[in-house]
Amino acid sequence: MIELDDFSVGFGAGTALRGATLTIRKGDRLGIVGESGSGKTMLALCLMGMAPDSAQLSGRLSIDGRDMAGASEAQWQVLRARRIAMIFQEPMAALNPLRRVGDTVMEPMRVHEGLSRGAAHKRALALFEEVGIPEPVDRMRQFPHELSGGQRQRVLIALALACDPVMLIADEPTTALDANVALRITELLVRLARERGMALVFITHDLAAVARTTQDIVVMYGGDMVERGATADVLAAPMHPYTRGLLAARPDPTVPARNADGTRRRLPSLPGSVPPLNALPQGCRFAGRCPVELAHCATRRPATRLVADNRQAACHLLEEQAR
Amino acid sequence: MSAPLIEVRSVSRHYRLPRVSLLRAPAVLTAVESTSFTIRAGETLGIVGESGSGKSTLARMVMAFEKPDSGQVLFQGQDLHALSATELRKLRQKFQMVFQDPFGSLDPRRKIGWSIAEPLRAIGVDANTARRTAEALEQVGLHPRDAEKYPHEFSGGQRQRIAIARAIVTRPALLVADEAVSALDVSVQAQILNLLMDLQDQLGLGILFISHDLAVVAAICDHILVMQHGKPLESGPAAQVLHRPAHLYTQTLLKAAGVSP
Repeated sequence: MIELDDFSVGFGAGTALRGATLTIRKGDRLGIVGESGSGKTMLALCLMGMAPDSAQLSGRLSIDGRDMAGASEAQWQVLRARRIAMIFQEPMAALNPLRRVGDTVMEPMRVHEGLSRGAAHKRALALFEEVGIPEPVDRMRQFPHELSGGQRQRVLIALALACDPVMLIADEPTTALDANVALRITELLVRLARERGMALVFITHDLAAVARTTQDIVVMYGGDMVERGATADVLAAPMHPYTRGLLAARPDPTVPARNADGTRRRLPSLPGSVPPLNALPQGCRFAGRCPVELAHCATRRPATRLVADNRQAACHLLEEQAR
Repeated sequence: MSAPLIEVRSVSRHYRLPRVSLLRAPAVLTAVESTSFTIRAGETLGIVGESGSGKSTLARMVMAFEKPDSGQVLFQGQDLHALSATELRKLRQKFQMVFQDPFGSLDPRRKIGWSIAEPLRAIGVDANTARRTAEALEQVGLHPRDAEKYPHEFSGGQRQRIAIARAIVTRPALLVADEAVSALDVSVQAQILNLLMDLQDQLGLGILFISHDLAVVAAICDHILVMQHGKPLESGPAAQVLHRPAHLYTQTLLKAAGVSP
């Protein structure tokens, strides 16, 4: 459905996305995991045709078999309306505070499909029920500020589903929500993807959320896709040093802070922080922070290696070991 | 066992909501209801709960920013809310706070050395401020020369180190950290948690650590208090709460924080 081939996004001297290659099929649930500055949100914006004007794009992006290189804004608008939908982190900022949420959800149906008010109302009501909003008739008449954070996120999901998209991109949809609500929103996304046969692209830094939601993940760092594979495999046996560091740095809630003898259990942490775009090393982006770095890592870019079926990683060390 | 550093005895706090009708009394919101805990030197208590659970209100009462409607907050045996303003100002250097947002809590137009020394000026320490600022910077893993830089020159993790330096510059006995690592990336989060543990071991600090994320609470706390809707749900030694959660809600928090599916 969506194919990215050697796709890059640059800004002057910096590179936000370097040679991204990705295929998304109907019904896939794909997680894009990375910290701030990893390029995960830039990737999502490119899939929606919303890359900033100042960005220099290269490589191939095709949707439904069509090359999107010269696509006009009008063509993108049709795609965004009918095929690909996106939900964002902050549900309050994404809803018009002066409109009743029911009207907001009905708008795309009326504009893009020319539905009558009655027909749109009927479909919106069904969507409100589908996304699990109680008393949907009353809720549709309310304004965003009258709803809780979780309800607002549900309204946004209903809005995203308004024109039956084949793919839903969710950018940090649970970050602003409380644990309990976040659990229920991820459950909802999985259920919707299953029932509708819709592809779900789940972008997050939250490893716990991605473990619950997706079948496959891509781990990103500094604009590179450093590792990918089945979610359970990658989380259980990470191959790239960055993925290993990220997983180790995330505390395990079942492990208490002290050992039995009262000594501290320190967290394994990665040194430093993600460098700014224009200061990333030219070779492996993780060079400089990597605990197992080789001499040529900072200058030579590692190739993406197919390590096993549906399992890839880009690291010089893996190549050395294979040799 | 050492004497308690801070003892919170059955505190409650209510807020009156805005009046919606002339004829009816305004509704009352219970932010915190009869909650008690104790923190000793060198110990960390974690308070975990979602937004609206009352954990930040508790922090503000411990910091004496706000008075409880009933109950007491004893700091080293003294009732904080019974002290005069002058006595309280003098005592403040003993308990300091680190906030969530390292971007919002530093004045962008001041060099960070100025911001770090601010609590010292507030308690009337004029001598040695430069030396103590340099000392605090070193303790949080920054360079004394960094005092001459502005906040925008630092990354998020470094800014949180600066916020911690400002909190420890008065040599407090208690540190209150309200969502202090929540805005940070995972890899940086681990660095800051390690820093807090090191400082605690070096300085014998008591820490009140507040977070919505049970995983980070588990990583640093000796005792855990779970709050929901202003009420204490359960509390106890970390291992007990994490391994034998008594409440369904604690189990949900555990599920939300765990990586294994």
